[in-house]
Amino acid sequence: MNSYHLTHLKQLESEAIFIMREVASQFEKPVLLFSGGKDSIVMVRLAQKAFWPAKIPFPLMHIDTGHNFSETIDFRDKLVEKTGAKLIVRSVEDSIKQGKAVEEKGPNPSRNGLQTITLLDAIEEFQFDAAFGGARRDEEKARAKERFFSHRDEFGQWDPKNQRPELWNLFNGRKHPGEHFRVFPLSNWTEMDVWQYIALEKLEIPTIYFSHDREVVNRNNVLLAKSEYITLIGNEQYEQRQIRFRTVGDMTCTGAVESAASSIEDIIQEVAAARETERGGRADDKRSEAAMEDRKKQGYF
Amino acid sequence: MDNNTLSSKDYLNMDLLRFTTAGSVDDGKSTLIGRLLYDSKAIFEDQLEAVEKSSELRGDGYVNLALVTDGLRAEREQGITIDVAYRYFATPNRKFIIADTPGHIQYTRNMVTGASTANLAIILVDARNGVVEQTCRHAFIASLLQIKHLVVCVNKMDLVDYKEEFFNKIKKDFEDFSSKLDIPDLHYIPISALHGDNVVEKSTNMPWYKGGPLLYTLENVHISSDLNHVDSRFPIQRVIRPLSDEYHDFRGYAGRVEGGIFKAGDEVVALPSGFTSKVKAIQTMDGPIEEAFPPMSVVMTLEDDIDVSRGDIIVKPNNQTKVGQDIELMVCWLNEKALVQGGKYAVKHTSKDVRCIVKDIRYKVNINTLHKIEDDKNIGLNDIGRILIRTTGPLFYDSYRKNRATGSVILIDEFTNETVGAGMII
Repeated sequence: MNSYHLTHLKQLESEAIFIMREVASQFEKPVLLFSGGKDSIVMVRLAQKAFWPAKIPFPLMHIDTGHNFSETIDFRDKLVEKTGAKLIVRSVEDSIKQGKAVEEKGPNPSRNGLQTITLLDAIEEFQFDAAFGGARRDEEKARAKERFFSHRDEFGQWDPKNQRPELWNLFNGRKHPGEHFRVFPLSNWTEMDVWQYIALEKLEIPTIYFSHDREVVNRNNVLLAKSEYITLIGNEQYEQRQIRFRTVGDMTCTGAVESAASSIEDIIQEVAAARETERGGRADDKRSEAAMEDRKKQGYF
Repeated sequence: MDNNTLSSKDYLNMDLLRFTTAGSVDDGKSTLIGRLLYDSKAIFEDQLEAVEKSSELRGDGYVNLALVTDGLRAEREQGITIDVAYRYFATPNRKFIIADTPGHIQYTRNMVTGASTANLAIILVDARNGVVEQTCRHAFIASLLQIKHLVVCVNKMDLVDYKEEFFNKIKKDFEDFSSKLDIPDLHYIPISALHGDNVVEKSTNMPWYKGGPLLYTLENVHISSDLNHVDSRFPIQRVIRPLSDEYHDFRGYAGRVEGGIFKAGDEVVALPSGFTSKVKAIQTMDGPIEEAFPPMSVVMTLEDDIDVSRGDIIVKPNNQTKVGQDIELMVCWLNEKALVQGGKYAVKHTSKDVRCIVKDIRYKVNINTLHKIEDDKNIGLNDIGRILIRTTGPLFYDSYRKNRATGSVILIDEFTNETVGAGMII
């Protein structure tokens, strides 16, 4: 191997930076969708690198379900302060109050699907024409078919059977008024790549990714954290477990794993040995075989 | 092979191989990919359970590994792969990105899409059927897209009793055909994807085969010299001007190195202006770097303040691109609406946007026989042909053979905004 050789992680980094620069140049009002999860934290770092020494030329936007872990929100605010990025927050609670969204019924009503309504409204409100997401193709089978530049019609819908072919590094961001794009710079990354990059870049992440003691309830083999948004059914009981979270989503649908991993290195070891996908713990994906495809068609992340 | 032994240090030294798989219906392509993923532990238990569950519901007689890659509802219902599916797995030396493309003729555009970023192509041949029309088409597309490494997997060897003569016959037939093509590195492997022969482990059923199994080939094929390190090319994506107190006068050019090597002190010329300057520094947020080479994304600063903007390209004075407005292309058509002679299209070439008019359709290629059909000017969906376009402004380009990045264009329908053509500059 000669010295003019880039490791795979550096190649992925370079690809993501290339995509971000394309978006900033091809679109007028991009936005970076920020959840406080590890993928969006990596996205912020890549955006810093892409435009350095200038500031990130677009705002971050958080669609707040109101069901977040408080650790995530604290982390979000600290990161924004540190990077000097502009943050927009739009909340599902407001969409419900305005009558645009209706809360689900049942013992753990999920606001996961409702985020789509708030997100599409916010995109319209600010006239964003490109929204970066941290989704990866390895996460889920519908996401495996995503393009880097994913076209959305004026209703924000994804038409998986009619996607634009994407060749070489030539990205076609042309669109009609009212349409927008979702852009996924991490398309080719795996969960392991994200963790290795966090280690390489020494990125800070919310504390819920690390092992801690917490009261959880086992519902359909998903360990859900105790919170005011969950009602126990039947004989269910909270119990104290040593856990951590592999993804950061709503408290109502993000399952914990039992784990003693207390450092990034520990997590990497755990991910390497894992026999379940990270979304295996997501109750929102378990609703049907094509749950993600259906939500994505509507305009989900 | 064991992921558990992967330390961070190894992980940070891995390189990346992108490959594409093409094969016809029922040649065992999905089974092969399923096996690579499963044996390298890239399929997780919950995914496998989901696949087992749906295989059972569908009444499939076995665990249908195709369901791992066929993600869309319509694909699962029809039992076909509609779109390019990307899959990922890793061994301690390499990370792999698979662009899994359907092989039927009506999906030529997907094959071309998958092949456009691939270092290597796997072509599957059914040992019982030998080299068929589809095999030739797949090989032609791999060659047209300048994939340097081709692995011909002769599959279903178990069904011909693992006999060497079947393998040799196919090898010879393929060699006869491929001598017309431009494929520098060719491998042949006899396998049985279903039973795992020569996929990950060397098969004991075919002692006459002296080479390594497929995974060994994928792990060891030498790709670092595939990128062009000779002809320096730096298309500019964006001008970085922070306008901050700290970087008051900073003016940098953001882009990705698409060929050759750039370092501080190098004499460069910006095209189309033709102004020359010297590279002041190659910058990144992590600090200046000595040399930039493909495919690094960097910020370049120059000694002189010259007018350079998005769509321009920085090269070396003694090694410049070609310049022109009349461009000969091999084009693969990607849209239901056929190519229109005299039609106008938007063109993307590196970071440059222009428009073009199709001046002439030279010929269409019969992609099964490679014959030029000069009296057929109808280039429709999935067709490949040679055309001449005239662009509204000059392009600064190389032949696709010399450089994939500066030698490729896409054509866009100006009304629907769809990407309709993939062009390789001759």
